[in-house]
Amino acid sequence: MSTVTQANDHDHDHKPTGLKRWFFSTNHKDIGTLYLIFALTMFFVGGSMAMIIRAELFQPGLQFVDPQFYNSMVTVHALIMIFGAVMPAGVGLANWMIPLMIGAPDMALPRMNNMSFWILPFAFALLISTLFMEGGGPAGGWTMYPPLVLQTGAAFPFLILAIHFLGISSIMGAINIIVTVFNMRAPGMTLMKMPLFVWTWVITSFLLVASLPVLAGGVTMLLTDKYFGTSFFNAAGGGDPVLFQHIFWFFGHPEVYILALPAFGIVSQIIPAFARKPLFGYASMVYATASIAILSFFVWAHHMFTVGLPVKGELFFMYATMLIAVPTGVKVFNWMATMWKGAMTFETPMLFSIAFVILFTIGGFSGLMLGITPVDFQYHDTYFVVAHFHYVLLTGAVFSLMAAVYYWLPKWTGHMYDERLGKIHFWLSTITANVLFFPQHFLGLAGMPRRIPDYNIQFADFNMISSIGGFAYGLTQLLFVYIVIKCALGGKKAKALSWEGAKGLEWSVPSPAPHHTFETPPKLTKAMLEH
Amino acid sequence: MKPILKKIIAALTLLPLSAAADWNLNLRQGATSISNEIYDLHMLSLWIVTVIGIVVFGIMFWSIFHHRKSKGVKPATFSHSTTVEVIWTIIPLAIIISLAIPATTLLIKMHDTSEAQITLKATGYQWKWKYDYLDEDLTIFSALDAESSEVSQLDSGLNPMETENYLLNVDNPIVLPINTKIRILTTANDVIHAWWVPDLGWKRDAIPGFINDNWAIIEKPGVYRGQCTEICGKGHGYMPIVVNAVPMDEYKMWVADMKAEQEAKKNTSDMVLTMQELMTKGETVYKAQCLMCHQANGQGLKGAFPALAGSPMATEPAKRLGHILQIIYGKGIMPAYGEQLSDVEIAAVTTYERNAWGNDTGDIVQAKEVAEARSNKL
Repeated sequence: MSTVTQANDHDHDHKPTGLKRWFFSTNHKDIGTLYLIFALTMFFVGGSMAMIIRAELFQPGLQFVDPQFYNSMVTVHALIMIFGAVMPAGVGLANWMIPLMIGAPDMALPRMNNMSFWILPFAFALLISTLFMEGGGPAGGWTMYPPLVLQTGAAFPFLILAIHFLGISSIMGAINIIVTVFNMRAPGMTLMKMPLFVWTWVITSFLLVASLPVLAGGVTMLLTDKYFGTSFFNAAGGGDPVLFQHIFWFFGHPEVYILALPAFGIVSQIIPAFARKPLFGYASMVYATASIAILSFFVWAHHMFTVGLPVKGELFFMYATMLIAVPTGVKVFNWMATMWKGAMTFETPMLFSIAFVILFTIGGFSGLMLGITPVDFQYHDTYFVVAHFHYVLLTGAVFSLMAAVYYWLPKWTGHMYDERLGKIHFWLSTITANVLFFPQHFLGLAGMPRRIPDYNIQFADFNMISSIGGFAYGLTQLLFVYIVIKCALGGKKAKALSWEGAKGLEWSVPSPAPHHTFETPPKLTKAMLEH
Repeated sequence: MKPILKKIIAALTLLPLSAAADWNLNLRQGATSISNEIYDLHMLSLWIVTVIGIVVFGIMFWSIFHHRKSKGVKPATFSHSTTVEVIWTIIPLAIIISLAIPATTLLIKMHDTSEAQITLKATGYQWKWKYDYLDEDLTIFSALDAESSEVSQLDSGLNPMETENYLLNVDNPIVLPINTKIRILTTANDVIHAWWVPDLGWKRDAIPGFINDNWAIIEKPGVYRGQCTEICGKGHGYMPIVVNAVPMDEYKMWVADMKAEQEAKKNTSDMVLTMQELMTKGETVYKAQCLMCHQANGQGLKGAFPALAGSPMATEPAKRLGHILQIIYGKGIMPAYGEQLSDVEIAAVTTYERNAWGNDTGDIVQAKEVAEARSNKL
């Protein structure tokens, strides 16, 4: 009997088949794939809501939806994109790549890994089902500010429960990553030798573990305010509506970096690979990432400059916010210096990474402007803010995820994707995303508030341009699905080292990566630890 | 240097302006010294980030065009340089300090609400603003104007392009004096709103149970328009703000006129109107106050706002008093209208609701009944 087991263990590609493989999977690669497919699905669900929003805003007047439904689209779009698309995509990449990058056979806690994924479909089924309930879905914005959110109808407890599920799932995922990285690195893979993607995910995981319980507490207080007669956020009962905002943004600002830090990690892998040159300032990248993460816990109130903070509070949060520009600047300069005097080629992952650096920086510029409190009194809650966070989240986080998919697809599928189509996808995405979001800066400066379903005709032209960009961006992403499916089904065979200049352990295993890898720790040579 | 910059910006913004008046690219300078200082700080930060962008992206693109494999370059192998890294940590630090200094000065100035000559309290309601002139004992409710309201209905078939100041117009604009330090308090009655007139240079949240204070000295007479900027439910996009800034003597006249007008309206409990008059008046009140939730056809929105057409509340004789009381005192998320509507207006809208959309009860509610309902409850 034991000989049979051993024989099986030597077969690197044995795996369960059918439903069992996916539902009961404890394999980091399969779970990573599940996460990525789920994220892509949610990207389209959230994206179709964005299409409804842009269709309604295409011209002044109400043409398609009722204002209440519009508000629920705005709310659910944000929740789905943040918790359903960008975060799971990041966790999916972490699942797939971290064990491969540090020479571990799997994640440290594989059963928990399975559970943290399978919570997600149920959580989103709950959330999306609220759109069909009496009174409609949650419509108070993803920030869920009371007292407005307490006016939600039957959807309210479903919303809270969905948030709890998402939080539990993310915390489990984060714990798994922390435990894996601290315990399962191959001998010789010291902390300061780890690929930057791994570093950014470790730091992100700490942010998740520290911030999500705060959100869970906040939304539970909302629940008891609504159903159990407490008055945490009810001024008439001695509570404070603004308290919720402090709680929410104490979670919410680190959350922003939860979405952004893995993106930093991704482009820090890709740019050196295609510049054929080591990452500039590895150590300062690690320290900058850690500084950004720590600072992220001290800037939350810059989301609430207009609530009427004391002047000293506003000054503190303004200074702390502006300070974030320093480590972020270091990162951008490091990427620039990595490209400098390299021998660059511009395959799709590199194109998306370069676009990320430029467009994320533009989002950073508007972020710096928003951080200046007196001027924020004008910008706050206008389309200027909408433009800002879509630059950092869509042309930032999402572009980096696209780059990552193109970069590692050969490793996942064993095939090269269609480079010509990939480039078309890149150029269309970049052009349309800018047509979509750049005019929103102008709308905000001209005075258009966010989250309104209809507007004065002075905002008509830029809204129309923005909507056209939006539809075009949405359509372009169908091309991405086609490219990914085409690559999964066939194409040019990928070598183990799929990219000439790529570094890291993941390129030492065959493409596609076998079901089980590094069952015995790899012997690391100096060359294998280069960045 | 500064005037030249301003001219360039003016030229840049005027260029597209020739095509249409709507291609406004930049922040408004506004009508107060604070709003102008904010504009200057905005321009300063915009220029700083533009220059940084040109330098950084310039270097990057130079590298992209010259350091490519297809040109046969051999990649360099350097991976760090302490000097360079220290430099590009210190320079951004210096830049943000140079921005933080003027920002600090301005922020402290904005917080100084002392020595105001007039105090205005703006209270956010779902979905209108109530203004209390605290020195004058004058209260005004200001809601979206009837024309915008009608045009903005889903599938109204009416063209917003032909509606003047679409969604930026109100039934009762407020009037404020120019060259006077006005303290503007913001608070709310139900959920959080935010009071924003871009030309005054700031917005401030209106939070139930709390009062925020701000100030403005309007320097130029004119009509300044703004909107609620904190999502506050279905009607968030439909609660504009209109400030009419006039010289002090005109302001005083306006206050006197408003007081006289309100005094005249106060005692309406003796008015007796015909069915026809009540229905006409009721429809006007309904359109202004009730339509947002209960809809033009009285069908409401399932699950959120109950229907009035065919509802027991608006048809059953036994619920007649309850109907009136609910309009006066509100219920759940429905606001109380007793304070802002006169007896005759409440009578008219009750009559309208009990007879419109096939409710056809034939009920006629007169102002006297409303007055009695008010006193009974109290």
